[in-house]
Amino acid sequence: MNRIHMFELNEKKIVLDINSGSVHVVDELTWDIIKDYLNNSLNDIIYKYKSKYNEDSIKDAYKEIKFLIDKDILFSEDIYEKYVDINKQNIVKALCLHVAHDCNLKCKYCFASQGDYKGSKEIMSLDVGKKSLDFLVENSGNRRNLEVDFFGGEPLMNFEVVKELVKYGRELEKEYNKNFRFTITTNGVLLDDDKIDYINKEMQNVVLSLDGRKEVNDNMRLTDNDKGSYDLIVPKYKNLLKKRQDKDYFIRGTFTNKNLDFSKDVLHYKELGFDVTSMEPVVTDPKEDYAIREEHLDTILKEYEKLSKEYIKINKAGENFSFYHFIIDLNQGSCAIRRVAGCGAGSYYLAVTPNGQLYPCHQFVDNEELKLGDVEKGITNNELREEFKNISIYNKEDCPDCWARFYCSGGCHANAYNANGDFRKPDKLSCEMEKKRLECAISIAANLD
Amino acid sequence: MKHIKTISLKNTVTDGGCGECQTACKTTVGQSCEKNN
Repeated sequence: MNRIHMFELNEKKIVLDINSGSVHVVDELTWDIIKDYLNNSLNDIIYKYKSKYNEDSIKDAYKEIKFLIDKDILFSEDIYEKYVDINKQNIVKALCLHVAHDCNLKCKYCFASQGDYKGSKEIMSLDVGKKSLDFLVENSGNRRNLEVDFFGGEPLMNFEVVKELVKYGRELEKEYNKNFRFTITTNGVLLDDDKIDYINKEMQNVVLSLDGRKEVNDNMRLTDNDKGSYDLIVPKYKNLLKKRQDKDYFIRGTFTNKNLDFSKDVLHYKELGFDVTSMEPVVTDPKEDYAIREEHLDTILKEYEKLSKEYIKINKAGENFSFYHFIIDLNQGSCAIRRVAGCGAGSYYLAVTPNGQLYPCHQFVDNEELKLGDVEKGITNNELREEFKNISIYNKEDCPDCWARFYCSGGCHANAYNANGDFRKPDKLSCEMEKKRLECAISIAANLD
Repeated sequence: MKHIKTISLKNTVTDGGCGECQTACKTTVGQSCEKNN
């Protein structure tokens, strides 16, 4: 099993020590001899490279490598399997509340099938919403921070219930000594000054959907009368941002095979004045006209590299600009216990449909077979719950040997299920994209260090 | 160190695992630790 991952990107030679998370930027000499270090003596290495480097330099670099090995931050071992926490206490700490299975846009690629998840249009009642928050508090054990994302469909189509639920959550906070973090994901159509002021006051984070350039966005994100939505929503987003001050937000898009030059869309966010960005590959049936397929992969990987070069330029010029997948905390990232367990879907993170049914996550709510229970009776499909709880990077196919396992944490269960019909069999395309994004993120950190 | 610059997990198994950190965009844990930052 490999213990290091070596790659060259953005004019840096980088050695990642997979199991300690240590990142070493090395010169050409070290780059050469580190590959031979484990299987050759110093004399062998000197003999092999003496025509290229002088002997003293080889000895110096060899000594530095040994120093890092002795510090356990190079060629270190994977010790984490025994720390896998399978949530024995059945804690739930985060809910995705589908307050509306209805939408006022008809985006072509929507996994929620224009908001109704292939079912009937439905709005969550206040009663179901309150029972959801009760369920969350009752099952949260000793966790203090609880998260509720208002999702859809389009959650602003049920905004009065959203407001009442926030109010109810604040009451529960006091009673049970909890801290609710509310977030909302919106397409922006119904944003007005009142809603913006409310969101900016109560929502810890807000995710604003836009696909980038006008022609790209308007090709996919259509209004009810088949017009593009860009001109309608961009002014509203700008208004929200102007009033939001320094609170968290993301502007977030989806790219398809129709805009494989998506770095231009990410940079378009910046032109519009948005500096906290995210852009995700479309998740859909590979047969769809706009789907991302194997033949697009090389172009996409090059596009991430292109974006990383622009990212370095922008940030070196002193501007603050972030792209979610290029954010990496090399000093104090998530703990190992968290990284080996993954996203928590079906374990401590659940989705609630408008009528109160529980699913492993928002990507699964159109699949009756994956129903876990409901907010009144709680979890009733214990077998499925156990299956999700037990997923870790050590029992997903390909993950135990993958250099990126402590960053992607096994990837998205829904992507795996949609691609391969198995939660534990990761989607290859997603893996390749994630690995490239990680290389970009680490190389950016090396350039901005 | 002339040839190698280290710019950056095993220590987190003893002070991690509190479960209080946040579960972006609805479609990768490799986030910051909230407790120790």
